[in-house]
Amino acid sequence: MNAIIVSAVWGVIMMFGGVFFKKITTAKYVAIAGIIILIIANCLEFRGSAVINVDHHNMFTFDNFGLLFNTIAFSCTLLYFLLNGNEIEKVGKHVSEYFALIFFVLCGVAIASSFKTLLMLFLGIEIMSIPLYILTGSSKKDLKGNEASLKYFLMGAFSTGILLMGIAFIYGGNALGSFSIDTIQLGSGKLPTLIAIGLVLVLVAMSFKVSAAPFHFWTPDVYDGAPTVFTAFMATIVKIAGFVAFIRLFQYSFGNMHSQWQTLIVIITAATLLIGNITAVFQQSVKRMLAYSSIAQAGFMMLAIFALNDTAKEGLILYSLAYSLASIGIFAVLVKMNDFTIEGFNGLSKKEPLLAFCVTIFLLSLTGIPLTAGFTAKFYMLLAALKDGHQFWLVIVAVLCAAISAYYYFRVIQAMYFKSPADQVQTSEISTSFRILLLITVFLIILFGILPGLVTGWLYV
Amino acid sequence: MGNFITFPELLLWIPVITGIIAFMIRDQKSVKAFALISSLLTLTVSIISLFYIDNVKYLLYNNVSYIWLEFIGSNFALGLDAMGHLLTFLTAVSFPLIFAATYKNNYKQPNAFYGLMLLSQAGMMGVFVAMDALVFYFFWELALIPVYFLSSIWGGERRIQATFKFFIYTFVSSLLMLVGIIYIYLHTAAGPTSEHTFSIRAFYNSGLNLKDQIFIFWLFFIAFAVKMPVFPFHTWQPDTYEQSPAPVTMVLSGIMVKMGVFALIRWVIPIFPDAFFHVNNIVIGLAVFGMLYASCIAMVQNDLKRLVAYSSIAHIGLMCAAIFSMNHIALQGVMIQMFNHGINIIGLWIVVDIIETHTGVRKLSELGGLALHTPLLAIFFVIIALANIALPLTNAFIGEFSMFTGLFEYNKWFGAFACLSIILSAVYTLNMVQKVFYGADNINTKVVSLVTLNQKIVLSVIVIFIFVLGVYPKPVFDLTNETVNLMLGRFGK
Repeated sequence: MNAIIVSAVWGVIMMFGGVFFKKITTAKYVAIAGIIILIIANCLEFRGSAVINVDHHNMFTFDNFGLLFNTIAFSCTLLYFLLNGNEIEKVGKHVSEYFALIFFVLCGVAIASSFKTLLMLFLGIEIMSIPLYILTGSSKKDLKGNEASLKYFLMGAFSTGILLMGIAFIYGGNALGSFSIDTIQLGSGKLPTLIAIGLVLVLVAMSFKVSAAPFHFWTPDVYDGAPTVFTAFMATIVKIAGFVAFIRLFQYSFGNMHSQWQTLIVIITAATLLIGNITAVFQQSVKRMLAYSSIAQAGFMMLAIFALNDTAKEGLILYSLAYSLASIGIFAVLVKMNDFTIEGFNGLSKKEPLLAFCVTIFLLSLTGIPLTAGFTAKFYMLLAALKDGHQFWLVIVAVLCAAISAYYYFRVIQAMYFKSPADQVQTSEISTSFRILLLITVFLIILFGILPGLVTGWLYV
Repeated sequence: MGNFITFPELLLWIPVITGIIAFMIRDQKSVKAFALISSLLTLTVSIISLFYIDNVKYLLYNNVSYIWLEFIGSNFALGLDAMGHLLTFLTAVSFPLIFAATYKNNYKQPNAFYGLMLLSQAGMMGVFVAMDALVFYFFWELALIPVYFLSSIWGGERRIQATFKFFIYTFVSSLLMLVGIIYIYLHTAAGPTSEHTFSIRAFYNSGLNLKDQIFIFWLFFIAFAVKMPVFPFHTWQPDTYEQSPAPVTMVLSGIMVKMGVFALIRWVIPIFPDAFFHVNNIVIGLAVFGMLYASCIAMVQNDLKRLVAYSSIAHIGLMCAAIFSMNHIALQGVMIQMFNHGINIIGLWIVVDIIETHTGVRKLSELGGLALHTPLLAIFFVIIALANIALPLTNAFIGEFSMFTGLFEYNKWFGAFACLSIILSAVYTLNMVQKVFYGADNINTKVVSLVTLNQKIVLSVIVIFIFVLGVYPKPVFDLTNETVNLMLGRFGK
């Protein structure tokens, strides 16, 4: 509860603060302060002391999984603010509004990670989405951004409608007529027709939100069109929050009937993996490649929903962390580049050896090379999927897709290290603190790659 | 766990630490000297460890286990058994030879070059000492990354494409192996802190049924077959050997290739003994066909590096076939040949590198008459080349003879076909010697300077190895006897 309230309140503070802040940088510092307070508030709740206690009529449940996820999401946001703070200021005039919107998104994230009724799920997803529509179009003069924003809004609205309809079916289908996921929780009999329809509709809507194929079409355009700083946020924190909501919903309401809808997930997972990875191979722009790679990574995260066991939850937590750290790092460097094509990275290792090194580690982590967090995350996902014992071939598809991903991630590494140093490799000013932060990110990725227990251990405190 | 530091730890951490330090030494000369000293230090440790082979008496010197991921049953367990001793010694002895032989070569960014070289040594050491499946997988992948960067940064013209092919091949195959590892893991008995464990002992006792064994066997086999490489997974190899800088080619063909053979013995035989009886004809068939195929291609190669690369495929194919003939003499042959092939091929590459740096060409048609100018090099080369075709009195004879005997014992036809490769190997090797060293000299080969002192020493060491092990291979046979019996025990023989 702490996180939901603090983030909402701080969003409001940021919004009104915009009127009073005299200097443009003030907004950034206030936002960083806010996110630190948010992390502390969330950790306090983790330790069992809810500072602000509101009677939520059993609409939320704050378990370790949700709270741990919140901590990860907020910490990644902190890192994101620290790395990208200056760039957010460059997007447009309404700096504090951007930060305010991000805080509202975080409020949605906190709700989506702890909902106990379908209503709260709906609210969480919507609170997460609506600010994003605005952020996507925040660069007002940019036609591409406007197009992306409109597209995102229309498609998003459509999927929201489907989600609501699904919820209505589930509400009507269960005997007690309840929104609470505990009450919906079904026995292991046959899936009732109304619930089955609702389940499929909800599945479609959730797949849309996490950009799983075949509901992924908005992703490349929106990620490409949005200002790069906000793409970094959308592709990481928001996406993983979608997955947390996804797994909560399906585990608690439909978990007992897992075998009856598992085939649907298998199809979606395989399609997402294949489409994401194969399309990413053909991209020339790093930004667009990362958009497709985010679809591909979503495919791997779908394995958690396929398996739906304890290992899958640990894996999802690790995956969220590994994927967010690496992606935020890459996007932060990408923002500094003048040329977003892969050729634009040519010879970066000569000009900025440290940056090239950090990007290499991020890419290796996304590929899933041992010693990085990305490997541990993928390892847990494979472990979870194999533990499930069905559909062995899905795991083979997953590892083959991981190998395909090496192809396009390594093209960037090749450009940085092996291609002749082009004179035109241009970056904007890079501060020392930025370098140190990148190094810290690299350190964290390697640390969690060696000792994943540091994170997963918190699930069982 | 004792209070002292054990041999596997030393062998692993010395290259890791010195590798990281090497990155900070910018000066060309000092980093070279540093790398050489580091590799000599590792060699010293390895030689000392050879006095403590007996695992009954010195178990605590050779085994160590740190608590690592206890909640999923993986410990950072390292250990040296007889085979481990043999291969860590090969790794330890190769690097000083490689560093000394290429001491005169200069590289841009020498700190990164030697740092990565030492890290790749650490990765390979890790593969040889890992006693836990997950640790093994870690090092298996990590040994690849430095080599990938080494070849791609310092390699030849088509390096990016060639090494990327190599990377993708090995990455795909090792991911398949990862699936296999997890699958076996889920069938292991409970460990002290977890439902299942990754320890090698648990893997040996996993007791999969035959159907699972055969299926998972292929997942493992492909990973190791790519690394060795065995036909039809070999297509990355000639390109990569050709395009990599000389020291990296030596590492690749001398040691990394042995990772595949080694892993086949350590991680495949004991885990899938039943599957062997169902797959061995297919595998031996592939291996024997690959031998003949590679030998035939080697005969028509005009490029010195590609020729040696194809000859290496043929020799490794024999090792693979011998492993799958599942008898005592063949496995003993594989053990000793792993070491011998490593030494011999490094010797060959050193000579090839000398020729290439001094003449600037490596086409057979553009060389000739080198013996007139460097008789010493010619002598060394002829000895190493004869060892390569397994002439009696050279080290490779013992190994190949044992392997052929074992293969014959298993199946006459396979043995007969495999023996054809001896003839073919004599054809292409002698042809190479003749075209490079004898005949009339030409414009390229007239400008030959002397072989450096370092290189003389290195080549002499290799020649000594060739003769000593050729005449008196008993120490190696004694060393590996125990491992071989253990493996055969898994087949119920």
